[in-house]
Amino acid sequence: MPVLVFADHDNRSLKDNTQKTVTAALALSGEVDVLVAGKGVTAVAAEAAKIAGVRKVLTAESDALGHQIAEALAACVIPLMASYDAVLVPATSVGKNFAPRVAAALDVAPISEIIEVVDPSTFVRPIYAGNALETVASVDAKKVITVRPTAFKAAAEGGAATIEAAPAGVGAPKTRFVAEELVKSDRPELAAAKIVVSGGRAMGSAEEFQKVIEPLADKLGAAVGASRAAVDAGYAPNDYQVGQTGKVVAPQLYVAVGISGAIQHLAGMKDSKVIVAINKDADAPIFQVADYGLVADYKTAVPELMAALDTVKA
Amino acid sequence: MATASAWKVNHMKILVPVKRVLDYNVKARVKSDQSGVDLANVKMAMNPFCEIAVEEAVRLKEKGLAEDIVAVSVGPAPAQETIRTALAMGADRGLLIQTDADPEPLAVAKLLKAVVEAEQPSLVIMGKQAIDGDNNAVGQMLAALLDWPQATFASKVELSGDVVRVTREVDGGLQTLELDMPAVVTADLRLNEPRYASLPNIMKAKKKVIDVKSPDDFGGLAAPHLTVKRVTEPPKRTAGMKVETAADLVSKLKTEAGVI
Ligand SMILES: Cc1cc2nc3c(=O)[nH]c(=O)nc-3n(C[C@H](O)[C@H](O)[C@H](O)COP(=O)(O)OP(=O)(O)OC[C@H]3O[C@@H](n4cnc5c(N)ncnc54)[C@H](O)[C@@H]3O)c2cc1C
Ligand SMILES: Nc1ncnc2c1ncn2[C@@H]1O[C@H](COP(=O)(O)O)[C@@H](O)[C@H]1O
Repeated sequence: MPVLVFADHDNRSLKDNTQKTVTAALALSGEVDVLVAGKGVTAVAAEAAKIAGVRKVLTAESDALGHQIAEALAACVIPLMASYDAVLVPATSVGKNFAPRVAAALDVAPISEIIEVVDPSTFVRPIYAGNALETVASVDAKKVITVRPTAFKAAAEGGAATIEAAPAGVGAPKTRFVAEELVKSDRPELAAAKIVVSGGRAMGSAEEFQKVIEPLADKLGAAVGASRAAVDAGYAPNDYQVGQTGKVVAPQLYVAVGISGAIQHLAGMKDSKVIVAINKDADAPIFQVADYGLVADYKTAVPELMAALDTVKA
Repeated sequence: MATASAWKVNHMKILVPVKRVLDYNVKARVKSDQSGVDLANVKMAMNPFCEIAVEEAVRLKEKGLAEDIVAVSVGPAPAQETIRTALAMGADRGLLIQTDADPEPLAVAKLLKAVVEAEQPSLVIMGKQAIDGDNNAVGQMLAALLDWPQATFASKVELSGDVVRVTREVDGGLQTLELDMPAVVTADLRLNEPRYASLPNIMKAKKKVIDVKSPDDFGGLAAPHLTVKRVTEPPKRTAGMKVETAADLVSKLKTEAGVI
């Protein structure tokens, strides 16, 4: 059964969500191709061709694909599905946006954010903010699946797939791209980082968030995350949000500073290997999932932590 | 009626699909026979993202950019309460497509498509995700079935003439798109803060009409494509230890956990 993997990239470089999704695809089938849809994606396609286990890389290019407009991506993928039994899409904001459109056009039920492949028709996915896991079997001949990347290991390098061009499709005649405001940062990407430091409502202001959370993250070489409360209050940008409706992360180390641990937040980080919580309320629910809890005011605890990190590193 | 676009601006109808779900404050409990999540005797409420969608529609009406707001739900008889909440927030009419089945996103999207064809709204505003199934699919599927443009995960919605401009929350930050209407918009958390219905508005909502129909009135309920084999509890994380000082913490992270 040939399976298509939709590549996650920003037109310049491939994101490792792609390699993780390839791993999920290889659990379904040995015949895995990757689609790189975008604009000016030659370098991205070359990276994708190196993923071990990939047969063929398809490239499709247009302006609308470059802006990752849902109608354009769907119009590109739908005709390709004549040759594939399943398409696996990383569950990013791009993937979640267009994959259901493909499913509707094929008259199949999309399967959202799988975390396990049981067999080629049966999958496990979290529901209710991860408080339950559902095992679902699909009767559809063609499957449209989004994959939670943190649940799969990245496929290794070492492949040498062929690269060929595919039709771009009709674009998005009823949608116009207006603008994009992307947060620039030299830190590791939140979804892929080995260490994440997140701040919550306790920070009280954007200045305090920058003064407390960001230096700690820099010291640890970590990405920065935030609770919804911190984002809503404007202490941190929206793409920092970790949780049921934000990003799902599973780093080696997750440090939650001044975050209470609401179920919606836990949904995004409880699969981290080691969780550290700093909170002045000993009864905060975050301590129920934390491996190491420090009951303290962050105002004193974080500077002490920074100093202690200097000592071990020195 | 002057021009087509003037008509739309003056007489715009917005359809808002709303779902009744387990209240977001209640922790879901898995049934011991693994058949699903226990919904007996627990508090149910409108899906939070649907509340945001209703609020946005009402604000557009308050700005004079919409005339008629129809709240529609596919679900069991008590989903009337969910529709009633939307009416108390300011929606004008309600439609319940009553079914005790728990329809999949594909089936819901097909019913909503038939409702759109009957009601002819210029805009459908709905939640990005229902917090029970966490599918994040119905809006995109409805747009596809109608061949309409879509803007999901909206944090800002501006109407002018036949165009809706939407700022979307995406992984890297924000993206702004312009769509030709009719269109589907799905609401993210920061689009607005939904109002609490006031007592007079709750009283007024009691007089508003809720049509109760069956799936057969809208082309029937599509057969399921998915079977739920079982629903289980996720692996439990247990609380670890409390450390006394930051220095303790760092030495544990280094020697015991080996993560720094
Ligand atoms: C539909 C829906 C989806 C949601 N999705 C998400 C999501 O994706 N992600 C998310 O995070 N939330 C989400 N939420 C919100 C969630 O329910 C919580 O409201 C939110 O996570 C709370 O953020 P917080 O922990 O920063 O704030 P609070 O709950 O207010 O906690 C602040 C914590 O800081 C501690 N504190 C205060 N001062 C100090 C100090 N000086 N030193 C140390 N500790 C201190 C307090 O003890 C408290 O525990 C969602 C909610 C809904 C309804
Ligand atoms: N049974 C339903 N009745 C009405 N609207 C629904 C129903 N199911 C989903 N929706 C709408 O679709 C949105 C996304 O839901 P989902 O794709 O199931 O996560 C919800 O926020 C609702 O606006």
